Amino acid sequence: MKWPGASTVRGKLLLASILSKTAAFLVAGVVITGYDMMALRERLVRRLSIQTDIVGANCLSALLFNDPQSAETTLAALRADPRVRAVGLYSGDRRLFATYVRDAGSEGILPAEAPAGSGPDYRGRDDHLRLSRNILFQGKPIGSVLIVSDLSEVTATITRDVGIFAGVLLLALLIALAINIRLQRTISGPILSLAETARKVSQEKDYSARAAGAGGDEIGALVTAFNEMLEEIQMQQAELRTAHDRLEQRVAERTAQLETAVKELEAFSYSVSHDLRAPLRSIEGFSGALMEDCGDQLNAAGKDSLKRIIASTVRMGQLIDGLLNLSRVTRAEIRGRSVDLSSLAGEIVEELRQGENGRRVEAVVAGGAVVEGDPALLRAVLQNLIGNAWKFTRKRDEARIEFGVAKESGETAFFVRDNGAGFDMTYSDKLFGAFQRLHGQNEFPGIGIGLATVQRIVNRHGGRTWATGAPDKGATIYFTLGNGGRNGGQEDRAAG
Amino acid sequence: MADKRIVLLVEDNPDDEALTLRALKKNNILNEVVVARDGAEALDLLLGTNGKSGNLKLDQLAVVLLDLKLPKVNGLEVLKRLRADPRTKRLPVVVLTSSKEERDLVCAYDSGANSYVQKPVEFAEFVQAAGHLGLYWLVTNAPPPMSR
Repeated sequence: MKWPGASTVRGKLLLASILSKTAAFLVAGVVITGYDMMALRERLVRRLSIQTDIVGANCLSALLFNDPQSAETTLAALRADPRVRAVGLYSGDRRLFATYVRDAGSEGILPAEAPAGSGPDYRGRDDHLRLSRNILFQGKPIGSVLIVSDLSEVTATITRDVGIFAGVLLLALLIALAINIRLQRTISGPILSLAETARKVSQEKDYSARAAGAGGDEIGALVTAFNEMLEEIQMQQAELRTAHDRLEQRVAERTAQLETAVKELEAFSYSVSHDLRAPLRSIEGFSGALMEDCGDQLNAAGKDSLKRIIASTVRMGQLIDGLLNLSRVTRAEIRGRSVDLSSLAGEIVEELRQGENGRRVEAVVAGGAVVEGDPALLRAVLQNLIGNAWKFTRKRDEARIEFGVAKESGETAFFVRDNGAGFDMTYSDKLFGAFQRLHGQNEFPGIGIGLATVQRIVNRHGGRTWATGAPDKGATIYFTLGNGGRNGGQEDRAAG
Repeated sequence: MADKRIVLLVEDNPDDEALTLRALKKNNILNEVVVARDGAEALDLLLGTNGKSGNLKLDQLAVVLLDLKLPKVNGLEVLKRLRADPRTKRLPVVVLTSSKEERDLVCAYDSGANSYVQKPVEFAEFVQAAGHLGLYWLVTNAPPPMSR
């Protein structure tokens, strides 16, 4: 059930107050009016009883001597009571003997025959009280008297009572309303302020808002707690914002630094690419020219020096190219595609076989290693790893190179294993460093950039690299590819 | 016919100039090689200045060997201006430079280079490259018809 205006605290309080007061007044009014009415009727009945007794006694002789005239005179004495509408005297055979009727409007009120029994009778459509009484002579009834009295006094009293109560109720309600409005400032006022503040906080995210009106009661405690909560939130928010701003600023600074670093790196490698190679070309070129033009005039030592110069410049050129490749790998954009490492490994083995005929190398390539990654960069990874395996098994009569898939703590790892020169695990941390070599140049030539390149590419794919091995027992280089290396092959296919 | 046509070498480094000339000579390419030592000089020779045409006869020019890092006007700018000029828009231009940086390659081809050759550090390889270049652009390649 929905009361109009009951959707607000103010309305509810008002409604409750009005309803409770009205109910109290109504109960009081009904009880008092009811009691009043009963008392009034009792009084009326008592008076009528006395009157009928008096009339009965006075008309005794008239009945005995059959003198209706004198009886009517006696009855007419009741004219003094304005409430008596009519009086009837009935003889022993219950017939009307004498009457008194106040006015024309009251004619016909009296029944022609005496009513049965005696006592008050409220019944009747005309709101009259009827009271009849037997007239006794020597213990025997010789007739009866019926007085019909007006109830207008009772009605008037009740009407007056109801009027008074209605007036009092109205007045009380008005006073209650006034008191209520004043009380609301102390009860609903703080609640309304609280509600308004809560709305402001939730809608405008204004945590600086505070609810007003903290008294000593429960609402006051609520308002205080709410305000304290807001205080806390505001403080935390300010801290959060400061931290956020600081972080943002730091990110911006770092980004700027990083951008500068990347630009410098690009400028550096561009410069290396253009400017560092030119003098090398001169040294190499003119050393060659010197050897060609004046080789005859040089002795063996001179020729050897010149050869060393040329070899060094060539190596320097390779180092520069390696360095540039490494930095290119770092800067290159990763283009994610589906890459079949197995078939790539097979191709690379075939290329190496064609490049160096006559070597007996057993190559085992696990099939179905399909990953997600940059095709060109992943090819570079396998080229470096398989190329290394090819290089370091050079001194083996029965060289064996294997590309496979392994599970490493739930991760799919790919590996290239060989039975070549291997390495000392003591130096395994140096293995992936740029320009780090574990073998002499004359033993296994190289510039020491291969595994560094592999590691960078793998890192850029979100993976990691590691190696196991032992001197003269071969090496296994593992790599993972982060999310890209979800799949691994099972079947091995041997390539003789 | 081939021996009358000339080659324009745009190269600021005298060492590289000497080595290029030596490499061409070692390949028995005896055509005249005109050398411009910066981009502005190359443009002068090819397109001329102030409305006067350049000193080079364009119909005798077989190929331009263009370095990228050049004083005054760099190689890419030279290339763009040549392509923008109706007289030289079809002129064979080979970029001959130290770098093989991706952005150099992209810019050179985007600007209309016909070929891109990185100068190898090893002279032997350079000689080989020069031989290929001479044979191709002076003999194998059919030059574009002259536009005026």
